[in-house]
Amino acid sequence: MFHLATKNEQEASKADVTVSNWQLVYRRLKKNKAALWGGYVLLFLILLAIVGPYLTVHDPLRVNFSARLLPPSAEYWLGTDHNGRDIFTRLIYGMQITLFVGFSSVFVGALIGVPLGIISGFYGGAIDSVIMRIIDVLLAFPGILLAIALVSVLGGSIGNVIIAVAVFSIPTFARVVRGSTLTIKKLEYIDAVRALGATDLRIIVKHILPNILSPIIVQATLRIAIAILVASSLSFLGLGAQPPSPEWGRMLSDGRNYMFDYPHVALFPGLAIAFVVLAFNLFGDGLRDALDPKTKK
Amino acid sequence: MFQFIVRRLLQTIPVVIGVTLLVFSLMHLIPGDPAQIIAGESAQPRQVELMRERLGLNDPVYVQYVRYMKNMLQGDLGQSIRSSRNVVDEIKPRFWITVKLAIYSTMLSVFIGLTAGVFSAVRRYGLADSTIMVVALFGLSMPNFWLGLMLIQFFSIELSLLPPSGWGTWKQTILPVITLGTGGAAIIARVTRSSMLEVINQDYIRTARAKGLSERLVIYKHALKNAMIPVITVVGLELGVLLSGTVLTETVFSINGMGRLVIFSIGARDFPVVQGVVLIFALLFVLVNFLVDISYRYFNKRVDLN
Repeated sequence: MFHLATKNEQEASKADVTVSNWQLVYRRLKKNKAALWGGYVLLFLILLAIVGPYLTVHDPLRVNFSARLLPPSAEYWLGTDHNGRDIFTRLIYGMQITLFVGFSSVFVGALIGVPLGIISGFYGGAIDSVIMRIIDVLLAFPGILLAIALVSVLGGSIGNVIIAVAVFSIPTFARVVRGSTLTIKKLEYIDAVRALGATDLRIIVKHILPNILSPIIVQATLRIAIAILVASSLSFLGLGAQPPSPEWGRMLSDGRNYMFDYPHVALFPGLAIAFVVLAFNLFGDGLRDALDPKTKK
Repeated sequence: MFQFIVRRLLQTIPVVIGVTLLVFSLMHLIPGDPAQIIAGESAQPRQVELMRERLGLNDPVYVQYVRYMKNMLQGDLGQSIRSSRNVVDEIKPRFWITVKLAIYSTMLSVFIGLTAGVFSAVRRYGLADSTIMVVALFGLSMPNFWLGLMLIQFFSIELSLLPPSGWGTWKQTILPVITLGTGGAAIIARVTRSSMLEVINQDYIRTARAKGLSERLVIYKHALKNAMIPVITVVGLELGVLLSGTVLTETVFSINGMGRLVIFSIGARDFPVVQGVVLIFALLFVLVNFLVDISYRYFNKRVDLN
């Protein structure tokens, strides 16, 4: 009995030592209720975007003039729009667009911004100056203006919105990653692996990238929230998704002329955007706290 | 200080050149033949040729850029295709509308953000703190054009209290400024709170309290002043967001500022005007950043330019 207990204890302490960073992060995240809820809501929304189309009997695009601008009811949960289309169904299909645009634009932005930041931070010198000046120029265009300018020349479509929002995300990733790379680069173990003859590429991929992953993930989560807001803004301005797309910003601009008499056409798409963005913000905030090495105990 | 300003001014030169390069290249990023696209799909080959001539697209690119810069330095941003007026004349009457909208909204977000942030920090973990932070997070997550629509719905349609559109009277100012300022207020409140919390735990705050200073004096004079640096950074960034946010706010409230002009011109394929407005917005933001850096210097003498 005694022997067994000690063994268990040993196992337990061993498990504690080998507990991975990600388990640690999950444990801390679990303590942060708001972040956990944000995470659950996100999972639920992603699930809803996938199975949602099977939950509704209505068609997101089919026009039905006999059912125009109906208030919420048992048949049309959130009412219908000016073309008699079920708003709930359109929101479900719109969520697929929203999540796709959010994830893909941030992914593309990170794909370009992260290497730029690493190269800038790792090599320093002239190449660093050149990259950072380019980033400065991109950042000189305030807020969504760069995205507006790009979409204005590329033309209004979901694909071009993704490109525009991706370009708009590059500077943030490049700056954050450059900062983290600079910190990691100075650590002794980088000198050690270099002394062992590791190539630059190996050092970057094997030793720097894994260590700057957490700021990248935090940044990506928070950027998705911003990307969704920017993309829906572009569509609202008529520069993104085109009718009859159930994109949420587009739904708001299509419903604008009817909202004075039928507020539900503008109320729900806006709430949907706010809800999704809020979930990403909550989760991102929680991740940042959980991944912050300063609070590591 | 003077030396600092000059040095910082010199640093903006490459950025400004980069900005002009990017704005200039916009026309060349148009997929296909810009002259054809601007002239319209149904345009005859002769019309397209005329448009090419008018836009100066026949010259080599570097000649075009040098000409663009030369004209720009003389205050000439080209000619509107739609109205044939100078782009500068198109922008001029709208410039101050947009700048005022942005400045008023910034003032509102700084005022609300600072007040709410300090209040939250002082009552940390209390009910007021949680409420303010939840409201702030929601304000941050809400699309501001939607907030504008909802404000119109409530204050203009339901209550008939405030006009739903236009710009000029103080009544017309209220809703657009709230619409544009809310997001900034939310961000500033969050940053102020966390910055204040960091400062409040410092030794010199305990010393100030130990000296018997009133709580008011401790919070506003000693803590807030030292908590301002991150707040100023965010205010500077927010000014950029607010500047470009005017595009949406002006669209929602039918305000004839630069933001609405750019959207209208995109629809009309009036690219010289689009380029002109984008350039002005970017230059304004470069100026704002410059001023923010100088105010850093004022609030924190330790800021080192390098």
